[in-house]
Amino acid sequence: MMKKGSKKLNNYLIIGAVMAGVILILSILSLFWTPYSPTAMSAALKFKPPSFAHPFGTDNFGRDIFSRVMKAIGTSFLISVFVVLMSSVLGILIGAVTGYFGGLVDTVVMRIVDAVNGFPSILLALVVISVLGKGRANVVVALGIAFTPSFVRIVRGEFIRLRDADYIVRARLMGASKPRILFLHILPNIFSVFWVSVMIGFNNAILAESGLSYLGIGVQAPDATLGSMLSDAQGYLGTAPWYALAPGITIVWMVLAAAMLSEGISRRKKSQM
Amino acid sequence: MTYFIKKIATLIITLFLVSVLSFLAFQIIPGDVVNSILGTEATPEREQQLREELGLDKPPVQRYINWASGILHGDLGVSYRYSKNMNEMMPVTELIGDKLPVTLWLGLISIIFTVLFAIPLGVLWAGTKNRFLDGALNVLTQGSMAIPSFFLGILVTYLFGIIFKMFIPGAYVSYKKDFWAFVLYLIFPAIAIAIPKIGMTARFLRNSTLTELRADYVRTAKSKGASDKSILFKHVLRNAMLPVVTFVGMIIAEVIAGSIVVEQVFSLPGVGRLLISSISTRDFPVVQVLILYITMVVILVYFVVDVIYRELDPRIRVE
Repeated sequence: MMKKGSKKLNNYLIIGAVMAGVILILSILSLFWTPYSPTAMSAALKFKPPSFAHPFGTDNFGRDIFSRVMKAIGTSFLISVFVVLMSSVLGILIGAVTGYFGGLVDTVVMRIVDAVNGFPSILLALVVISVLGKGRANVVVALGIAFTPSFVRIVRGEFIRLRDADYIVRARLMGASKPRILFLHILPNIFSVFWVSVMIGFNNAILAESGLSYLGIGVQAPDATLGSMLSDAQGYLGTAPWYALAPGITIVWMVLAAAMLSEGISRRKKSQM
Repeated sequence: MTYFIKKIATLIITLFLVSVLSFLAFQIIPGDVVNSILGTEATPEREQQLREELGLDKPPVQRYINWASGILHGDLGVSYRYSKNMNEMMPVTELIGDKLPVTLWLGLISIIFTVLFAIPLGVLWAGTKNRFLDGALNVLTQGSMAIPSFFLGILVTYLFGIIFKMFIPGAYVSYKKDFWAFVLYLIFPAIAIAIPKIGMTARFLRNSTLTELRADYVRTAKSKGASDKSILFKHVLRNAMLPVVTFVGMIIAEVIAGSIVVEQVFSLPGVGRLLISSISTRDFPVVQVLILYITMVVILVYFVVDVIYRELDPRIRVE
């Protein structure tokens, strides 16, 4: 670890970036093109094991699993982006205000955040889904709410650390407005820490989204998602094990990519200090 | 003593707030319950009668008090979906009653697995100077954390159920019929729940041990001639285990969440499966009570962990 300290890139970052790159390319590609139609059924092609024509094989309706996985990556990826976007924006707003101003609001908000933070996020998401109902948008809202507390915590900590830094005191003396100090002076300086939590957020969002879809209370058919493909595939484990492996390994791949990136970013940050 | 009074007061306030929140959350749901039970063709008189039966004609505060006091007395209300027969509604207590042991046992076995494997693994990892072992454990634990529990459940089913034929997937045996067959069946879902937790806990223990190894007292012990082994087991581990206690509390909360998903994979008739099906059928009294129960268990676990931590670490008591 130490001897690589001076390098800007480390192995974690490189592996993570390559893994994430594959996902990104497949999900963008899936918007325009998939090798076969993800919904085209064919009785003749039922349960074909992986081959050159169908790299991941075909499912119980003779659909090409690779094409379906591509589509599903797109859906899962998009949902995770929105979840992280929602929870990080909320996290920045709440964390900035509570961290910078402190006081009673801070105490109350942090009490709530701490209480919620100790909670498994899938449980929290279940509560929100059971109130709002199923569906794509509700999954985003549910997970967005569930992940906000962890962002609030990180952002607040950084704002507390920086609020009395010299350059902030100067800015205050120069009469800079509060929003200006919060979002132009402090915010850019917390990004290195923030990116790590964004990646961890991604990691958890992918796991939670696929979990909800697996349980059948996430994204609804006809949209293919990795979780719902797994739950369909489970019934054919004996006859077509590749059907379950394809979406499952894809989820692991996506989660590992995010985990590698977060590890890589935090190591790079440590080596810069 | 004041510490405990304070702690218990906070516990009671938290439990109260949680109950208010889980009551309120289900008040803002759109749609009329009475319509969804009776259908749209019921007579207004029948609708009015059911509304009174369910207490829906009273103001919200009154309803909360009724609901909360009911829960304290073990009356959890009635399910909207399940019914005993044509005229009698299904009390939630009866619905949950025989499902609770399944989830409790599943959770317990998972936690035993986690602690049993994670602690030796973490200690071994922290103590090793073998770079290959270090790297292998790093990859294994990182990998175990990236596999979602339901996929792990499917892999376990495939490996142990279909290839090795050690159990028949889906052939759940009720604890009432044959307790040991029941435990045997639960071992496999418990493995699926435990593997990621073992990875997390081992990593955590290793890191906390490595931090402790840099402490001053280690240098002192070393200069007094203590062997590496005795430093690790007599001095370092006692300190390194402390944060693990809190961590295991968190893991228990995660195990509860994990069992909700894994019960589905192995078709176990537990609380988690009931929760998911009740969410799907919008059976709110059941959802409400289950969420309140699960939340309370999590809060109580954290409370117990806090108390244990304080007992174990005298430094905190001084403050």
